[in-house]
Amino acid sequence: MANEPYDTVDTDVLVIGAGGAGQRAAIAAAEAGCQVLVVCKSLLGKAHTVMAEGGMAAALANVAGADTWEVHFQDTMKGGKLINNWRMAHIHATEAPERVLELERWGAVFDRTREGYIHQRPFGAHTYPRLAHIGDRTGLEIIRSLQDHLVHMPNIEVHMETTVSSLLTWEGRAVGALAYRRVDGALVVYRAKAVLLATGGAGRIYRVTSNSWECTGDGVALAYHAGAQLQDCEMVQFHPTGMVWPPGVRGILVTEGVRGEGGILRNSRGERFMVNYDPERMDLSSRDVVARAINAEVEAGRGSPHGGAFLDISHKSPEYIRRKLPSMYEQFLKLAKVDITKEPMEVAPTIHYFMGGVRVGAEDGATTVPGLFAAGEVASGLHGANRLGGNSLSDLLVFGKRAGDAAAVFAQDHAGPVKIDRAQVERAIEELLGPLHRPDGESPFALEEELRDVCTEYAPLIRDREGLEKGLERTLELAERAARCSAGGPTGRAFNPGWHTAQDLRNMLVSAEALFRCALERKESRGAHARRDYPDLDPKLEAVNMVAQKSEGGMACFPVEREPIPDELRAIIDKKFPRFELEEGS
Amino acid sequence: MSVAQAARPPRPAGLQNPYSRLPDWFYPANVVFWLGLFSLYGILVTFFDFTPAHFGPYLSPFDSPEVAGRVLPPALWVVWVPFGFRLTCYYYRKAYFRGFLWHPRSCAATEPARGTYWGETRFWIFNNLHRFAMYVTVVQLAILWLDMVNSFWYRGHIHFGLGTALMLVNVVCLSAYTFGCHAFRHLVGGNRDCLSCYRLQYRLWKGVTVLNVNHTIWAWVSMFTVWATDLYIRLLSHGLIPHGLWS
Amino acid sequence: MADRTVKLSIFRGDPGGGDMVTYEVPTQEGMVVLDAVLWVQSHRAPDLAVRWNCKAAKCGSCSAEIDGFPRLMCKSPIDEYGDEISVRPMHTFPLIRDLVTDVSWNYEVNKRIQPFTPSEADLADPQPWRMQQEDVDRVIEFRKCIECFLCQDVCHVLRSHGQKDAFFGPRFMIRIASLEMHPKDAADRRPLLRGEAGVGMCNITKCCTEVCPEHIHITDNGIIPMKERMADLYFDPLRFVAGKLMRGRE
Repeated sequence: MANEPYDTVDTDVLVIGAGGAGQRAAIAAAEAGCQVLVVCKSLLGKAHTVMAEGGMAAALANVAGADTWEVHFQDTMKGGKLINNWRMAHIHATEAPERVLELERWGAVFDRTREGYIHQRPFGAHTYPRLAHIGDRTGLEIIRSLQDHLVHMPNIEVHMETTVSSLLTWEGRAVGALAYRRVDGALVVYRAKAVLLATGGAGRIYRVTSNSWECTGDGVALAYHAGAQLQDCEMVQFHPTGMVWPPGVRGILVTEGVRGEGGILRNSRGERFMVNYDPERMDLSSRDVVARAINAEVEAGRGSPHGGAFLDISHKSPEYIRRKLPSMYEQFLKLAKVDITKEPMEVAPTIHYFMGGVRVGAEDGATTVPGLFAAGEVASGLHGANRLGGNSLSDLLVFGKRAGDAAAVFAQDHAGPVKIDRAQVERAIEELLGPLHRPDGESPFALEEELRDVCTEYAPLIRDREGLEKGLERTLELAERAARCSAGGPTGRAFNPGWHTAQDLRNMLVSAEALFRCALERKESRGAHARRDYPDLDPKLEAVNMVAQKSEGGMACFPVEREPIPDELRAIIDKKFPRFELEEGS
Repeated sequence: MSVAQAARPPRPAGLQNPYSRLPDWFYPANVVFWLGLFSLYGILVTFFDFTPAHFGPYLSPFDSPEVAGRVLPPALWVVWVPFGFRLTCYYYRKAYFRGFLWHPRSCAATEPARGTYWGETRFWIFNNLHRFAMYVTVVQLAILWLDMVNSFWYRGHIHFGLGTALMLVNVVCLSAYTFGCHAFRHLVGGNRDCLSCYRLQYRLWKGVTVLNVNHTIWAWVSMFTVWATDLYIRLLSHGLIPHGLWS
Repeated sequence: MADRTVKLSIFRGDPGGGDMVTYEVPTQEGMVVLDAVLWVQSHRAPDLAVRWNCKAAKCGSCSAEIDGFPRLMCKSPIDEYGDEISVRPMHTFPLIRDLVTDVSWNYEVNKRIQPFTPSEADLADPQPWRMQQEDVDRVIEFRKCIECFLCQDVCHVLRSHGQKDAFFGPRFMIRIASLEMHPKDAADRRPLLRGEAGVGMCNITKCCTEVCPEHIHITDNGIIPMKERMADLYFDPLRFVAGKLMRGRE
């Protein structure tokens, strides 16, 4: 096994992941003159970004003239329960409109207002209608626009269906990665002057999730093993509305756009229960609040037949629903045999987004490892303790571009030849091929299932110490078993899902461990992190983020204080903005 | 590529299109039967019937406008117009390419091997002239409307009979078919990138689109109304069925 | 619905050869064919190769031929089929292994289409662009495409005649249509349509429209308008002369 052959590929900037952030970063780095290589696990344009439905938040003020970056900044900070990286929230709110308009100039098409400007729809916890959208498939539009722009840039190359299994470092700096091609199992060593992670979240560690199979926390694990710091890993967003029935489709997302377009949540008694949880914002409250409200209704015995709530939009005209929510209409009709223009949907919380991830600098997406950058869901900071709907698509573009720019500058500053540690490569290959050489280990599919059960049971919407400790213990035990698992089957490396799953599993375990450790450390309830044993918000903990890092004895987790927010930004958070009154049912 | 093709599993015998719920021979068989039957009828009338299908106030769409002189069968002067229009029609192209030529017989079905396929780039390239056939058809349609109006008037009296009704229904269906044509849809507004810049064209385009969505239905319905109208008037003119509504 | 067991026959093999292998799969309510295939993968055959991502009909990865008809596995409920279901890889693309095919040709085709090209004036305009909903609606239909390539698979020009060098296929006809009809796009792709893209190879038999999981009217709203636009330039002398005269007056 020591002399396993591999190809070596050189590039300036290596981008891992081809979702919105990865593609935007690649375009930025290529525009800066770098040779860019994008590596992605599936086909180009299939990344999890395509599943984003509702829209992209940007204070364009096309619908509500009073909207400014300040209001967007305030909404984001309040939504994140103030543990956001305020610098990121500031940059995000000011730069999002530029990124949206830029995308339009690359060929993206959005729904229009009557005046012909980009239409914006209201969304949970946004003061004003702010989400640029196209029906309910905005993510697809973003991916396709970026993709069609990117494939025509001569200095970007894309390696599809290639999985990165570990990062390579040289004297503490990220210098490349070891990967395998899924199609034939061939190994590739990428040598790069800068490496950028855009691998998304880890939603697959839960049983009920809106995430695609790709969301296995690869970037978090890669960065962690390379020595980078992780942050806020306890903050896992449950989207309040996922499909519940039939079991085959459980967890599939029901866009917040349904409520943005006027959908109403009711319990089994037909009561509009959000009145009791957030009388002001009602159904369009922030996601953590709505998810807990549905949970509370179910626990109080007022849930729908399959343990959820009813979401009703049938008071709108069928034409309107089919035009504004075409894929929701189709999804329910096809998969649940429910006509949403006539009947209510049955919905329950589903795992949706990881606010936590790799700790990065606000301006440049630089991680704590030199030469390693991160953007998108894999990075952490912008969303704090709870992400607002629509903020992730603008996050991808704003910080994708910034990280891409910064990676290009880093690559240009480190123009010399890249050195690779051969012994490190050998070790990484040995670990990668392990599951293929163990004929009688456990099945990675079974272990994956077990991990899902552990996370679902011990890190649910409302947590407590015993559960979290138990979960951590089970995760560590699973990690030991996973290290001995077997890919199974007679097939070799060519498109072997058993082997692929073994790699995913290794990554998922890092995210799960970080989740349990950070959650134990944060002894309060804040945003998405709710604890039965510490039901209240602890003002002292507002100043800190939980950071996890590789250490001698395994993963260490500790609080780190944030730079205090400047007074002028603080003042914006406390400012009162006029409420938006919807004119007519446009 | 060739190696990969070799590894293909055999195709299942009976393909079931889950969207249509009909066996895959249903569509091509129908096309062959009905279109074939109508074509035979058309050939018979066009080449062998020297008697104009003109009876009282009624005039068959096969023979309108009436051309002076009886050297050739009267329909011969006329039928090339609808024939050309329907031959190049975007709906009928689907019908005959599937039904008669098996290109393909039905979706995902195996095609018989017959040399290189050139689509509409060589022999069938004339299909691109559909719009010219449409222009002429519009002229003929105007004449058919006149015929229909004339059929309400016979020997100084207002008249209404089965023939009148048939001619009315026929000309309405023919209009719905003709003005739902893809080439027409293109010419009234589809060729514009900024449709909203031309409000009248936008409205026209919207209207044509409504008809165009059901172009298939109008194509078949209008074929049968032409058939029925002609058959009725032709039988009358040959004296093969009784009348008695006027003397 | 009572839970039942179905016999799922899946093609197993690689370019060297292969066979249909039958697995018994327990079903539950709302199950789709992809669930059944994944059940086989995690319980019976861990090396069963299948490509999938979202399982919500949004990414277009899990295209296959179910009982001989091209469909997305994630959008094909088990209860629409009988007790025996066959699943095969897409026929038009080279096989990699089991249900996975090499669709890279499609990505190469996309590179040959001139990307979105606004006019100089629009590019220089510092103000946000204005477009009307009526105009973008036409383009939006084509942009719903999730690139599942089922239309490419079913298109007989590619499938039965293997003419990948003569025709870009339905997916890229609507890609071109989405650019040509974009109110801000200034490029002219009609020469491409007539030449390399080969719109003339299409004989409008509409199978692409039949299989489209996004219900895009590929032929009526995409390919036919493109044929007509091409005809404006190449098959319409009247229009050509009229166009020359009009431009002369401006």
